[in-house]
This record gives sequence, structure tokens and C-alpha cells, in this order.
Amino acid sequence: MDAILIQLLNGLDKGAAYALIALGLTLVFGTLGVVNFAHGALFMLGAFCAVTFQKILTISVKVIDPSITFFTAYKEQPYLEIWFGDMGLAIIDYAVPLSIFMAIPVMLLIGLAMERGLIRHFYKRTHAEQILVTFGLAIVIQEVIRHFFGANPIPMPPPDVVSSSAAIGTWLGLSDNLIYPWWRLIYLTFSLLVIGSVFAFLQLTTFGMVVRAGMFDRQMVGFLGINVQRKFTIIFGLASVVAGLAGVMYAPILPPDYHMGMDFLVLSFVVVVVGGMGSLPGAVAAGFLLGILQSFASMTIVSQYLPGIDQIIIYLVAVIILLTRPRGLMGRKGVFED
Amino acid sequence: MSKNKKDQNIISRRDMLKTSAALAAAPMFFTKGAYAGAHAKNFTNNPGSSSTVTLGFNVPQTGAYADEGADELRAYKLAVKHLNGEGDSGMMNTMKPMNLTGNGILGKKVTYVTGDTQTKSDAARASAKRMIEKDGVVMISGGSSSGVAIAVQSLAQEAGVIFMAGLTHSNDTTGKDKRRYGFRHFFNAKMTGSALGPVLKEEMGTERNAYHLTSDYTWGWTQEESIKETTEGLGWNTAATIRTPVGAGDFSQFITPILNSGADTLILNHYGKDMINSLTQSVQFGLRDKMVNGKQFEIIVPLYSRLMAQGAGKNLQGILGTTNWDWQLQDAGSKAFVKSFGTEYGFPPSMAAHTCYVQTLLYANACETAGTFYPPEVIKQLEGFKFDGMGNGATEYRAEDHQCFKDVLVVRGKANPNTQFDLLDIVKEVPRADVEYDASIFGGELGPYVV
Repeated sequence: MDAILIQLLNGLDKGAAYALIALGLTLVFGTLGVVNFAHGALFMLGAFCAVTFQKILTISVKVIDPSITFFTAYKEQPYLEIWFGDMGLAIIDYAVPLSIFMAIPVMLLIGLAMERGLIRHFYKRTHAEQILVTFGLAIVIQEVIRHFFGANPIPMPPPDVVSSSAAIGTWLGLSDNLIYPWWRLIYLTFSLLVIGSVFAFLQLTTFGMVVRAGMFDRQMVGFLGINVQRKFTIIFGLASVVAGLAGVMYAPILPPDYHMGMDFLVLSFVVVVVGGMGSLPGAVAAGFLLGILQSFASMTIVSQYLPGIDQIIIYLVAVIILLTRPRGLMGRKGVFED
Repeated sequence: MSKNKKDQNIISRRDMLKTSAALAAAPMFFTKGAYAGAHAKNFTNNPGSSSTVTLGFNVPQTGAYADEGADELRAYKLAVKHLNGEGDSGMMNTMKPMNLTGNGILGKKVTYVTGDTQTKSDAARASAKRMIEKDGVVMISGGSSSGVAIAVQSLAQEAGVIFMAGLTHSNDTTGKDKRRYGFRHFFNAKMTGSALGPVLKEEMGTERNAYHLTSDYTWGWTQEESIKETTEGLGWNTAATIRTPVGAGDFSQFITPILNSGADTLILNHYGKDMINSLTQSVQFGLRDKMVNGKQFEIIVPLYSRLMAQGAGKNLQGILGTTNWDWQLQDAGSKAFVKSFGTEYGFPPSMAAHTCYVQTLLYANACETAGTFYPPEVIKQLEGFKFDGMGNGATEYRAEDHQCFKDVLVVRGKANPNTQFDLLDIVKEVPRADVEYDASIFGGELGPYVV
């Protein structure tokens, strides 16, 4: 029972990560019709917003070790600690959640610049060309990050107060072994909040209504005198912010490195395809479904009978779903079928 | 009877011929450079009368191990500089015995070409092939993965070019996949197990239940096998051995089953990015705070380096493992190398840099001693070569499997680092005699000298 509960929780957590990335991906595809292979790079850039913010907070005075003469070895003491004492250290401790405030404007700007500077020139080109150019862009972004931050992962600890695990088993009167990291629970909650906010924005605001109408019939919305293109540009910026926030909050789980976006990109595309191209609820549902299945497939009892199933379960399920429902779980007729 | 007599006559004639040949060849054995003339055209990329000789440095310049590869490349450049008589000569001041003069190798200035392994076997082989066929290298060195080392080593044997392996820790490199043309200075998983065992016994006792998470490739498999052999030898039980895909990123689905397994020790047979991620996530899952079977839960990372320790941050503090070399060693060779490297680049070398630097000097010295670049003679100089002054104490390249034997360091992640480079505490310098083993236990064939 404990094992099943913990894998369910883990599956939801994984699913939240997949859903959050896939949500932005499918949002861009549904509005602009662009297959954006640079979306993983936006996720990675979000994580590096957190890294940069932490580096800013920990700008330090260097206390040189005089016993080492062949190179400069030093111990760092952050200025924030010198100036504000424990308060300064507490601010540094909360670097990851605080970096959200930096990531939102930065990612919005990056998204808008990317759309205006490159993506818009490829709206009327084939999907193959869009994939090539965005994939190329992702590689360029990766290499820029590697140049400035190196290839090694950079540790980004969560705040001390949530760095341990929650005793869920004890709360529920179950086994003590049923524990789960606080930060992963926060990530799950945060993901649900962001997903909910995006849906609310699209469903409950006039802006969202216009965007949904544009997704349905772009030409007609244009005839009504609405500059739907500008709205879609903002949507690209929004998708960029969503990917960036996912990256910021994922940094304590997976120490950021320049390649982390690519690792998630392929999985996110599988999620989008399984959910149905251009379907926002489909992307979220598929994200959670595949996350949970992957988690259960890794259980010792399952891998005992089906060794290696955890590695292929996602693709196996994708094949089965696409064979039975060629447009994915919630795909609409006519999308990506030209 | 008559037949025997005939045989005796034949033997006698053969003996006469052999003796004549030996007498004719005898002066050559004692003349430096004699083989260069004798085999002038008979081996791959013979530099002949050229004033330069080219070495090939095949390291990961892109991908997850790019930082480690960059450090290896720095070490190679430093070694080339020292061989050509530039700089402060580094370990050439401490290496014993040594025939290097600071005048290149056999009087030829050393040049080099570089390649990118991308930490992929196929890319590494393609890069090595290009170096051999296009750039005319006489020796290839480098790599940060056992998969790469084994693939390139095999190619080197086919091509007749010596391969001085960089960072490779799988038992297979000098075990079942050993090659006559391949040499490993770095230690291996078996030696890690032998070095770590007594420290584990002392610190964690003899009644533990260990759970292994293992990278699913040659290095992970052999490390799991060696550590399991060691811990079971101590009396520990093995709860489970789980293989994880290389580059899994999120290891949570492999960590959660540990919570209910009854295990009180987690052994992470991961290296590099996988180690950083699995360790970070294991700590977040509260494993280090758990009490199981009345014992504090422990995590062991059998192989780690300073570069990886930087990525793992605080999570590595207090965790035991082994390393091939550390810049804080106080022997003359290590100090000379740290001084050269630190002065040149402004930070201390990694263990990968150390092994690559030493391998380059060892190859060059073997050529000088043999008096030729002819690989079979250089190989014979390296086989069984005993040396000192290169860090890790008295060292020997065992002839039977081309594995270097030297002291191994048991280290622990430092709790309160004094500087940004002070990340490991050396717990014990395990003497070479304690990590030696019978060369035949892993099987494999070295293959011929002449290919």
C-alpha cells in the first residue's frame, strides 16, 4: 500500500513536470501553428534564471588562503551576510523561490524577442523547416549557456525549511516509510496552480476569449478588426514564462546544466502528441497519465517480471494510444493533418 | 636411433642459426635508436626523418563531461610543453627512472591534434580513426568513460597505434577487453572495492543491508560487481541491484522503492551528472535522515572526483568514496604537478588531468628508453615498468594486463571547506599491496605485439 501510494505521488509529480512543459509547447502550436523545438531551451533558461539570481545574491568578498601559492584559493563570504547577517543568509537561502520574480520579466522578454526576431519569419513555412530552425536555435542557446556556466550541473538547494521530506505516512496513520520531499510537493502544487491560472486566463478573460477564437478561426477574428497576431505574440511570451517558471522550480530537483532542456523536450513532444496536437487539456491529461505510468513501471515488482519496461512504457503507451486514437487523447480534427 | 641422431643434427643447425642471428643483432640492443632504423617503414605513422612527432588527444569537448575533457586537454598541453623543454618541467623533475631530456621525444618536437569523443563510443572511434589516418598520430590518449576507452582501445590495437587511456574505471578495460596496445594508469572498480572495504567495515560495521543503483553500462556493471563482492565479503546483505539508464535525470522512481526495501545503505554506482542527480534526489527523499534496522541510513559513492563534488554541493558532505589522485597530496611529484598546472591555469588539476599528464610522460619516456617509436618495443618498455615520483607512491604497469598499480585514496566529502577547491578529505591512502589482485581473474587476451 505504501509503495503504491508513494509511486502514485511520484507519478503525479513527474506528470506535473511533463504537463507544465507540454502546456507551453501545445499553447504555441495551437495559436501560432509553430512546432517549437526550442521550448526545452526555454525551460533550461528558466532554471538558469534561478542560477543567475543565486549568483547575484551570493556576490562575495573573497578571503584568500595564503598557504596556497600556485593559484588563488579563497573562501567566500557573501556581501548580503556581511551587511545583513542572518537576514542576508535567509535571503540567499530563498534564492530559488525569489528568482521567480526575476524569471517572469526575463522569460517574457526572451519569448517576445524570440517570436519577433525569428519565429514569425517561419509562420508560413513548412513544419519541417520550423523544426529545423527552432532545433538550431535550441543548440545555440545551449552552447551560449555552456560557455558562461560550464558543462557541469550547478547545485541549487531549496530553502532549508523545505529541504527535507514530509512524513505523509505518519499524517495518514500509515507506515513511517511513506515520506516525500517537501520541495516535490511544492512543485506539484505550483504546477497545478500555473496550469489552473493558464486555463483561467484563457477561459475567463476577454484576451483569452479572443485567443481561443483565433485558434478556432484566425481569419474570422481578423475580419472583426482584432489584431490577432499581436495577441499570439503575447501568447508566445506567456508560453515562454510558463516554461521558464517550470525550469526555475525544477532547479532544486535536477541541478541545472546546459543540456537539461533537451532531456525534457523529447518527452514533452510525446506528451503533446499523446494528448492531441494543440489540445491544452489533452497535454495536461497526457502529462499526468504518462508520469504515473512511468512511475509504476519502475516498481521493483513490475521490473522483476518485465525488466526494462520503465524505459519504454511511455513510448509503448504512445504507440497504443495513437493506434487506437490517431489524433491523441483529445486532438481535434484537422490539426497538423495538412 | 638414427632418427634421433638426425633430429639432433637439425637442432644443432637451428641453434647455430639462432646464435648467429643473436650475435648479429646484439649490438642493436645496446644502441639507442637502433630499432628506429630496423623498423623504419614497418609501423603505422612512423615519423621517420620528420623533425616532429604528433600525439592525438581524444577528449570529451562537448556533452556532459566537457568540463572534465577541458581539464584533460589542459594537462596534455602542459605535458607537451614540458616534453619540449618549455615551462618548469613539472613531474619531469620528480619522475624516476626517467630518460626524458626536454628535447621532445627522441629529438623530435612534440605536436598534437585534438578530437572530441562527445562521450560516445562511435564518435570517439571516428575521431581516433581520423587522428590515425589523417593526422598521422603515433599515440592516442584521453577519454572520460570506460565505454569510450574500450572502443578506442580496440581500434588502436587494429591500427597498431598505442592508446594511453584517460579516465576509465571499468574492470573490463584491463580485464576481459584488455589489449596489447592499451594501457591504463587510472585505477579500477576492483581496486576501489579493495580500498573501500576496510574503511566501510570500520565505520559501518559488518551487518548492513545494501541497495545498489547502477549505471547501465560496462563501468556500472563492473563497479557493482566489485563493490558487492567487497561488501558481501564484509558480511553485508545485498537487498537489490537496480540498473538505471545513463542520463536518466530524474531518479525518483528508482529511489522511492528503497524506502520500503529494508535497506540501510545506498550504493550509488553512478558517475558524473548521474551521480550528482541521483545523490541530490536521494538526499531530498530524506534517506540520510532515516534510521533503518536501528542504524543510521548511509549513502556511499564509490567513485568520485572534485569536479563532480562541485556539482553535488552540500549533498556530498560526509559521504565516503575513492579517488585516483587529489591535488592536496604532499608527495614531491604531486606538488610539482600542482605547481605547474596551478601556475599555468590558475586552479588545481583534477584527477583526470593528473592521469592524462602522467600517461603522456610515460609514453614519451618509454619511446626514449626503447630508442624508437616502433610500438612493440615501446609496449615492452611500458610492460612491467616500475616508477615513482608521479603521485600515488611507487607504481608499476603490470605486464599481464597493462593495469597500473599504485596507492588508492579513500576520501570523504568535506563538511566545512576552507576554499572553493577544498572539497574532499583524504581518509586513507591505501597502499598498493592492498589493492593488487590476480591478473587472470577477469580473463581476456592482450593480443599480439605486431599487428
